[in-house]
Parts: sequence; C-alpha cells; structure tokens
Amino acid sequence: MMRLPLFDFRAPRTLEEAARILDGERANAMPLAGGTDLLPNMKRRQQVPRMLMSLSHIESLNRVMLNDSGLRLGACLILSEIAADPRFRNGFTALAQAASLVATPQIRNMATLGGNICLDTRCNYYDQSYEWRKSINFCLKKDGATCWVAPGSSKCMAVSSTDTGPALMALGARVRLVSRSGEREVLLSDLYNNDGIDYIKRKPDEILAEVLLDSLHGWKSTYWKLRRRGSFDFPVLSVAAAVRLSRNNTVEDARIIVGSAACRPLAATEAAKSLAGRSLDRQAIEEAATLAARIAKPLDNTDFDMTWRKRVTAEFVTYALRELRGDDVRAERESFTRYAFE
Amino acid sequence: MRKVRDSQTTRVDSPKANRNHLRVIGFPRRRVDARAKVTGQTRFADDIFLPRMAYCKLLRSPHPHARIRKIDTSRAAAHPGVYLVLTGKDVPIQYGILPVSQDEQALCVDHVRHVGDPVAAVIAREELTAFEALDLIDVDYEILTTISDPEEALATPEPRIHEYGEEGNIHKLVALEFGNVEQGFAEADEIFEDTFFFQGNTHLAIEQHASVAVKDPEGKLTIWSSTQTPHYLHRALAKVLEMPAAHIRVIATPNGGGFGGKSDPFNHEIVVAKAALVLDRPVKVCLTREEVFYCHRGRHPILMKFKTGVKKDGAITGMHLQTLIDGGAYGSYGVASTFYAGALQTTTYHVPRYRYQGCRAFTNKPPCGPKRGHGTPQPRFGQEVQLDKIAEKLKIDPADLRLRIVESPNTVTANFFRLGTVNLAECIRRIVKVSDWKEKFRKLPEGRGVGLACSAYLTGAGLPIYWNKMPHSGVQLKFDRSGGVSIFCGATEIGQGSDDVLAGIVAEVLGIDTFDIRLFTGDTDLGPVDLGSYSSRVTLMAGNAALQAAERGRAIIADAIAEKLDVPKERLCFAGKRVFDSAAPEEGVSFQEAVCIAEVRFGTIGTVGSYTPPKSPALYKGGGVGPSPTYSYSAAVVEVEVNPVTGWVTVPKIWIAHDIGRALNPTLARGQVEGSVYMGLGEALMEEQEFRRLPKKLSHALVHKFPSILEYKSPTSLDMPEVITELIEEPDPHGPFGAKEVGQGPLLPIMPAVANAVYDAVGVRIDEIPITPEKIMKALAEKKAGRDPRFGPSHFPHINWPEALRVPPPWEGGDGNAVNDVRRGKSRQEKEKVLAP
Amino acid sequence: MTTLPIESQKTSQIRFTLNGEETDVSFAPYKTLLEVLREDLGHTGTKHGCELGECGACAILLDGKPVLSCLVLALECGGKQVLTVEGLGENGHLHPLQDAFADLGAAQCGYCTPAILVTVKALLDQNPRPTRDQIREAISGNLCRCTGYLQIFEAVETAVLKITEQDSSAT
Repeated sequence: MMRLPLFDFRAPRTLEEAARILDGERANAMPLAGGTDLLPNMKRRQQVPRMLMSLSHIESLNRVMLNDSGLRLGACLILSEIAADPRFRNGFTALAQAASLVATPQIRNMATLGGNICLDTRCNYYDQSYEWRKSINFCLKKDGATCWVAPGSSKCMAVSSTDTGPALMALGARVRLVSRSGEREVLLSDLYNNDGIDYIKRKPDEILAEVLLDSLHGWKSTYWKLRRRGSFDFPVLSVAAAVRLSRNNTVEDARIIVGSAACRPLAATEAAKSLAGRSLDRQAIEEAATLAARIAKPLDNTDFDMTWRKRVTAEFVTYALRELRGDDVRAERESFTRYAFE
Repeated sequence: MRKVRDSQTTRVDSPKANRNHLRVIGFPRRRVDARAKVTGQTRFADDIFLPRMAYCKLLRSPHPHARIRKIDTSRAAAHPGVYLVLTGKDVPIQYGILPVSQDEQALCVDHVRHVGDPVAAVIAREELTAFEALDLIDVDYEILTTISDPEEALATPEPRIHEYGEEGNIHKLVALEFGNVEQGFAEADEIFEDTFFFQGNTHLAIEQHASVAVKDPEGKLTIWSSTQTPHYLHRALAKVLEMPAAHIRVIATPNGGGFGGKSDPFNHEIVVAKAALVLDRPVKVCLTREEVFYCHRGRHPILMKFKTGVKKDGAITGMHLQTLIDGGAYGSYGVASTFYAGALQTTTYHVPRYRYQGCRAFTNKPPCGPKRGHGTPQPRFGQEVQLDKIAEKLKIDPADLRLRIVESPNTVTANFFRLGTVNLAECIRRIVKVSDWKEKFRKLPEGRGVGLACSAYLTGAGLPIYWNKMPHSGVQLKFDRSGGVSIFCGATEIGQGSDDVLAGIVAEVLGIDTFDIRLFTGDTDLGPVDLGSYSSRVTLMAGNAALQAAERGRAIIADAIAEKLDVPKERLCFAGKRVFDSAAPEEGVSFQEAVCIAEVRFGTIGTVGSYTPPKSPALYKGGGVGPSPTYSYSAAVVEVEVNPVTGWVTVPKIWIAHDIGRALNPTLARGQVEGSVYMGLGEALMEEQEFRRLPKKLSHALVHKFPSILEYKSPTSLDMPEVITELIEEPDPHGPFGAKEVGQGPLLPIMPAVANAVYDAVGVRIDEIPITPEKIMKALAEKKAGRDPRFGPSHFPHINWPEALRVPPPWEGGDGNAVNDVRRGKSRQEKEKVLAP
Repeated sequence: MTTLPIESQKTSQIRFTLNGEETDVSFAPYKTLLEVLREDLGHTGTKHGCELGECGACAILLDGKPVLSCLVLALECGGKQVLTVEGLGENGHLHPLQDAFADLGAAQCGYCTPAILVTVKALLDQNPRPTRDQIREAISGNLCRCTGYLQIFEAVETAVLKITEQDSSAT
C-alpha cells in the first residue's frame, strides 16, 4: 500500500488562525482541503510538506452568498454540492457543469472548489512515483534539470488540469486571498501563470478563501470537457464559453477559455472579440473556433495525441457556441460525457 | 424506471440441452461464495494480518538494462525498525513458469533487465519504514544498451538480455507448415496480404498482488498468496528455497481478479517466503499498483502478417501467418504464447493448408505472458479483419462468408487439433438475427456501422506445463454424518466461480443443495492437485474430477441404500436431499440418513476423482500448445457511432452468442460473457501497456509510460454499452454435463468486430489495436486525400526463419508427426519432454 | 527524498461512529482512514486498488456520503459517522442490495463489491428509485474488471423493486 510521508498536522478553526499558522510556516506548510490532489501527490512524494494545515474546520470557507450583485463562494465548498445546486444555472451553468465533470462521484464529494482552482499542474513525467521519476533522472518540476516534454525548454510544461478554473474564468471570476498581513482580490485570470512550476500566484502564506462572481444576468455559459472515459480522467482539453446576447441575438459580450492546453487556462481573447456585434451564425462560429484553436498549444504530456487534442479544440468551441445560440447539442455532449445530463 | 432486464438480455435457448432431469445444473443460482463477497468477508491475501507480522518492500531497478556491480545494504539494515535486507545472493536459484525458460531470479543477482526488476528487499516493522529504507540501499550499476522493441532486438544481438534463446535477443523462433501452402495460394482466385499490429495491454485486476508467508509451528513454510496457480508456485518455492515440497504449503487466497496476471510464480512470493523463514515471523508484501504493472505478464504486443488465399466462393485455400512478438525481459509463458499465436487459426474456419512462423524477442520491458485469451486475440484480430476485407472484395456478406467456411464438429484440423462440438454456425445465425444484421450492415447512415467477428477458444490446455502423465485435476469428497459433503480440490477461485462449479456438480449428482457443501480449495496441503485457473480449464477438468468423485460416492451410498430398501440400485434417485425409490418416491431416506447407513455398511465414506485430458493427435514438436478436450465458439456484432471529424467512437450496443456446451450456472456464465465483452472493448478502444523511450542522446531510460490505474484506461460504468448475450447450448461429451469454457472465448471477437464496424461506419480500416480517435482521424484524412483509407503497420521486417517442420494434414495422409524432424527417431516420451511447454 | 527514521507509535486518537457504534482508535498520525479501518480496527471489508483515488475500491460513507477512504486522513474523522460494508446488513440480515448482488452475479471476484455496495446505498438514500442512467453515473467512480457492470445495474434495480415492495407492505 502506498503510504503518506510523516507530517505535522494543524486544524485551525478560523481563517485568522490559519493565516497565522501559514505566516509562521510559509513554504513548510500546505493547506489541505479535500485532499484529492495533495494526498496522492504526497504518496508519490511529489509534494512533501512538513506540515498539513486542514481547512475543513473553518466554517466561513463553506458559505455560499447569493444576492443581486453576484455570488460569493467559500473555497471549501464541495464540488458535488456546486454541481447539484440549482442556483448555479443559466449564467453560472459552466461552473456547475465543470464541477459535475471532475473525476468521480466520490472525489466530487471530497474535492473543493478552491482545491480544484489551485490544482497542481499535471504531466506524464511528473505525476509518477518517486521510483519512476528516479528512473528518468527526475524532471524540471521536481528534483531534476530537464523538462522531458520539451528537453530544450527552460520552462516546465506541466499542464493546467483544473475544470473549474476555465469555467470560472469564462464567468469573469475573482478570488479573495487572505494572509496574516491582509487580503487581496484578483481576477482569476490574473492568478494563473503560464509556467508549469510557478503556475499560480498564490503566495505560500496566502489562503484562497473565496470566489467572487458578479451577477451574470443575461449571460449564458457552457463547459465542454475532453477525456478518454466517462469518468475519472482529468481534462486533456476543455472549452468554457460565456456569451451575453442582445435582444436581436447578436453578441454583446463573450468569453472563451481553453483549458488543459497549456500551463494555465488560456483566454481566447481574439476569438471572443471576433464575435462582438455578430449573430452566432455558422461563419462567426467557424471563425471563432479557428482563432481559439490557434492558441491551444497541447504538448505530448497528457493522454491522447497532441495534434488530435488541438483539432478537437475547434470542434469544442463550435459545439459550445452552437449550444449557447440555442442549438440542441445534447447528442454531441452525451457522446463525449457518456452520460445524459438532466 | 426501466424494467429489470435479467431475463431479457440472456436467453438460454437450448433445444439440445434438455434440463428435465436436472435440478441444480443449468439453473440460475446464487453462487456458493456470494455471501462472503457481498459482506466483505472474502479474505483476500492482503486481508490477512498476523501477530508480529512484518512488511516487505522491494527495491527495483531504475534502469532498463544494467549490470549490478555492487550493492551496499548496510545503511538500510541499520535503519531503525528494519529487520532484514535481502539481495539476490540470498535467493539466487533461477525459476520460471515453463521448464524451458527458468530465467528469473527473485532478486536480480548481477543483471537487471527492465525498470522495476527487483534487486533487494527490505523487511521492517512498518511498511512505511521498509519503503523509506529502500532509499538507503546503494546500488552501483553499469548501464547497458537499452533494447526497446522487437525490431531493435533483431538489429541488436549484443548485449544479450539473456544468455539463452535462439540467438542474440531472439528468444524463440517457430516455423510449422501443414500442407503445401504455396500450392494453396496457386489454387486461390484471390490472395490477400495484410499487416496488423496489436498493442500490449495488461490484466489490471483491481486486487494488487499480495502474499503473506509464515514459518508455521512445525518449522514448515505456509504462504497465502493471490495466485491463480498454487501448484506451480509450490514447485517454484521448493526449487528456489531448496526445501522439500512436502514442507511447503501454498494457500491460494481468493483472487480479486486474475485474468492471467497471477499465473506465474512471482519474485515477491519467493522473497516473503525466504524472509519469513529467516526471521521466523510472518512477512507480508502487497504490491503497489505501479509494481503490478512491473509484474505484468500481460498481452504481448504482436506485429502480424496474414497472407490468405481464397476461392471466389470464399473457401480458404491456404494461409500463411507471420508474427513478431515483443516478449519483454523474461520468458514467462512466452514460448507457449508464441505457439498459441499460431495455433487456433484452423479451429474456426476450414483451412486446408497452413504455415505459421513466429518470433518472440526479448526487450527491456516487463515480461509479457498470458492474459485472457493467451496469445490468440492478436491473430484473431488480424484474421477476422482480413475476412471482412475478403468478404467485401468477393461481394459476400461477412456473416454469409463465415457460414460457408465454418469448420465441422469432431474434425481433426490441419494442425491436428481434434475439435469437439462446433456450434459456430448457430452462433453466427443467432447474432445475425438478434442484431438485425441484414437491415444494418452497409445500410446505416454515414457515421454509424456494424461489424461482425467470430472466435474459438480452448476448454483447458491439453498438456500440463511440466511434462508428466498424472491427472490435471483431482477432487476428494468427504461424506459427513451430518449430511454435509466436503470438497477438497486444488482449484483456485479467482472470481470466475470455480468453487460454485465444483459445488454445483457435486450437489447435482448427490441430490443435495450447494449450500450443504463445504469447499476447501486452492490449498496444496488439503486438496489434490489442480493445475490452476488458467487456459479455461477448471470447469471441464476439475468439474470432471468432481463428477467422478461424486458419482463414486453416490454409488457407495446407493449400494447401502439399495440393500436397506431392498430395491435395485438403478432405481434409486438422489434428489431433494433424499435418496429414494424412483418407482415409489415415498420409499426412501434423507441424504443424511443415507450417509450414515452407508457408513455403517462400509466405514468412513470418502471418494476421489481425477481427470486427464485425452491424448492429442498433434505429435509434432510444438503440437503440445493448442490441443484441448474441446473448444468454445463465439460470434459478436458490435455497433459503433463514429464522429466523422474527430474520429470519436461510441459503442451503443453489442450482441454476442457463445457456444458454451451447457451453462452450469447461467447467471455466472452470462457474467463471464459480459465481463469478456467488457475487457475486449477496453482492449479494442483504449487499453495500452505503453512505454516511453527518452531521447537516446540524453538518456538510456525506457519507462512504462504511466503505470497507474488512472492512465491505464479501463472502461467505467459509463463507457459500457448494452450487451445482448445468447448462450448456445449443445452439451459436449467431453465436459461435465456438457459444459465448455466461457471465461475467455467471448473476449476474442470484440476487437475485430469493433474494427469492422468502424469500417462500416466511416469507410476506414484501422488495422491496429487499440482503435483510437486519433488513428481514425488520420485514416479519415488519408481517405479524404484519396489515399489508402487505412491506419496500421506498413511492413513486416525480415526474419531469418528456420526451416519449417513439415506436417502433412490429415487429409494428405499425415499422422501428426513432422516429416522432416531430425528427432523423429526418438521415443514419444522423450520428444514430449522437449515439446511440452 | 526525505528519509526520516519513523516511529510507529500510535500517537493519535479519535472517537467516531463506525457502523453505528461509538469507536475509539489509536493510530499512527500519517494513516488514512483506509489504513486505520483495515490495520487498526480489523475492518478488512474495505479494499484498495491504488491508494491514489483512481479506482474506487476503498469507498466508504462518511457522514452518509461516498468518499474514498484512501484520501481521507484518519485525523480528520473525529466525531464523524463512517459506514463500511460491515455495517450494511441489519439485525443479522443482509441488506436487500447485498441479497440482490449475491443472487444476480453482481459480485464476481468480489473485490470492488464492498465499495460499490456502500456507494449505491448512498444513492438509494438520496434517490430511492434511480433510473439506469443514474445508477451508471453513481458507480462511475468504481472500477470493476470482472462484470462489465451490467449485472451490477440489474442487481441494483432488483433491490430497488424489493425495497419498494417491502416499504409498501410495511405501510
């Protein structure tokens, strides 16, 4: 049986106490939420924090606040609750869909929103046991000097594999980070970095406490996930899209995010801009799909062939935009999810 | 809510299999071990905890190919909590499943051959301590050239991965010719040549291998292990530990899935046995999932070339098959696998002339071995896809083509396998009907398609793994005064229901309930030898042994009761837990009374039964692989939907008919069919044991691409289509109550049927397994560009084949011997010593 | 890799409810709930196939919800309700799901069975009459290599009918 390494354990009751602990321990400690990402990584000795600080006992992190101006989501909300909550529909649909497509039902009962946003980047050369990584003389992300995905690269190419991250970016989410010295709010799209190691700008003493969403009245959103099986698998490509349509069905505003195609979720800004003022007709969708696929730079470090993943990007943008203009794409969705959503 | 579909999905429609006289056999029943399984009380190997038990972890080679210069274990041995460190010199004797390839060491002494090859073991109070101490062992390696695949092995005779084998890194070459194949091609109207590749894959039983060994109070060794073959493990332990076999007890715990992956004696089993003897305390090992990938013994990757000649009406005039087999780093069952890859082509359709050339190469990867279907799914894929191409060219419906050429029952094939009942035609007719084949094939809209394929599989290997003339299976029965009956048998429960087979047969014969029976199985101290749960042999072989023992017991009891009731014993009936006069059913005694009366008359009642397969007519060298008392047959239709842009495949429905002889317990039989379909579908679409060679300029590394249960893609409940199972029952005289195998055969047609369905859907041929969307998209691009609409291997490399052993087929007057075997003068027994793998 | 000399003392303790019974247990603090159930409490009905959250064999109910015991720190379980396969039956009788699984071939090797049983129990607690699709989805985190899942679906559906009958005859 794979065993965790030894660690010290703290379980603060308040955010302030947690911030104090992190301030003292800095990089020695890691916040533990659902544990579904961190604990496997610890068992494989990819991450060996000296201290685990549980966030499960801080009540404020489990709150949902919904009012006319928007939504505040505690970082420790469980994904299955987000997926099942009828309040997360219409504008917020992409978030509920993304949450419902993470891993497996059991994992969704454990994994948290904050944990999924902060999910460690993944790579075929990194998500391996200590012994396996030793046999390739380790890699740039952990204990080694070479990025085996792109041996010439000075940058780690591990892939952003969060489902909720792209969905929340499409919804224009911000996050609230709390530390002992204070707190800050940043756009989620500014939290991510396109670097497999330094993929998130959360400082070691900061706790991601809340996700903030403005009211999405008039918006519609959707999330498409590519993976081999109907369950378990991390995304190897995802597309989150949100649009606000005018009365005559022209695009007033749009966001298209491509996930799992780089070290961070990528905003397909050009693609989204190209839709402005147009109706979502075949030509507009085709142009946006081509533009969005252009930014996807999948590499050979996940499941599936990288050129094929790139090809599917355009297809997924097409499905997503067709869905948002009102087409019935349930059959297409079901062929990928292997499951008919209600 | 949908209706429960139990009765809807399986139809046991068996005019020939009259069940009127049966009360247990043939009826859906709760299996005898079901309660233990649904309450979590089945004790798997890792569920065993003993006082003072220590944990073992293995240090494994990080290099694919290296010499060990020096191992220093002193730091690990001094680590707090560590009891013992073992290295190769502590267990140096070589072993292996086949007598011809005793090429493994429990811990490598001086040569590591793949990443994951074990070099040392730490035994400690805690598993975590043992794991941490592995990093304190210093091993000095001298790196050797990495050999990644068979073509590289052919081109790289030095350094040799093993010092034995044909030459260089070629482990085994086989060349057999049954009749003049060139003559067959000359008579053909059309010749088809196709190359195929079948990627390796693995068993992925959810239970990871585990073993617990203990020096028992008498100083002997007991080991509980998740093994499918306790008898072969018993022999390997006696050899390596240099202990009398009588002082070793192997208990095969119920396996949490096997599928062939627990059929070899394993290094970890030998290591914990040794450690328990040294420490005189219980020692457990439970492999991590990654380590299970290093044990492997899974499906061999095989490159194949089929050349087949046919007449215009579809009749096959000759067939030539060449295989290049990636064996991995050790022999395992590989010699047998090499023969199996060429064995069963003749058992489904009439092949009058047949040539087989097979080559297994050593590479620096975990060893391949037997996985469900052992060596036969790969060529079956090629053969059935090629038949689909032949049917198209000849403008014959693929189902009709097959019906024209199916082999007849009780035939001796070109390669001298004697067939039993053959209901392949009925299987084909049945699925054609239930799948609505005629309305679908080439008629569904673009993007949807159906494919059909067939297969055969043996019902037990006709020869044991080591040469001997003893029975393949034995059963002892003890009749208790309580009316209970105990079954003692070496057969191993791996989930397939072998315990239930034994109980069902004994209960039927004695007229009692299966729950009146106690089973003691898989224990080398308690039960007579059964060779193991492999080659689909248990139902037929252990079943026949149980049948014989039960009939002997019934005869003893009948003698006593006939005397007591004063009726002729032929008139006695054993049913409903009674023994009674069939002419006057009220005249009788309870089964319990009957046992007591018999005990008064004859003393303690116990009987034995055993089974030895019939002699095979295949007398040539290599003829030991493939013979079986009888063969099962399957036919399947798979429906697919293929996205014409992305190549994404969905399988909504599968229909399968299986010629089972008789379903002893239809519930379990259907479970075996559906489980086979499931596993076949995984192989067809997603499962791959894939390796990664790092850039040669930078590294010598060759690693398993992703040895995890997340990245080795096993279909989930959401990926499983609807399956319609048809069991075709015509009792086979060789099987107990007519039963044939069902655990492996139904897997075989799934992969080619998927490939054929993809062709029907979008018009591209994927001549390679697995069939992934990337490959389909590439083939679609070829099609669009007006090139060959196909994805698959383009060449078969040159191999220096030895002169073929020439065996004239029966219809050319052959007697089963090769005409050009230099050892032809030797006695049969001497020859078989060499032949029998 | 950090190599620490490890002390195996059971330095941590929790009190929680295991299958309805208040339970105190001492364990080494690095252990997951899976390890504590199997090694410190002798409840070996809960299995493991990867210990990384990739197979589902270790699922148990934590406060009524299916979770993976290999990824739950035992330290986090104080005061919680845990249900394992050992607690599924009542008053010496099998749960209707267990009966249906046993009768209909839903357990072949039986290794993934305990986790599937508790996972489905949680489904039925929430949704007493699930559709086939809902059953498929509910156990999509439990790999089974033997059955191809179909007999599992049928067993769940049969149990649902049986429970419904029992309930209607009870009222």
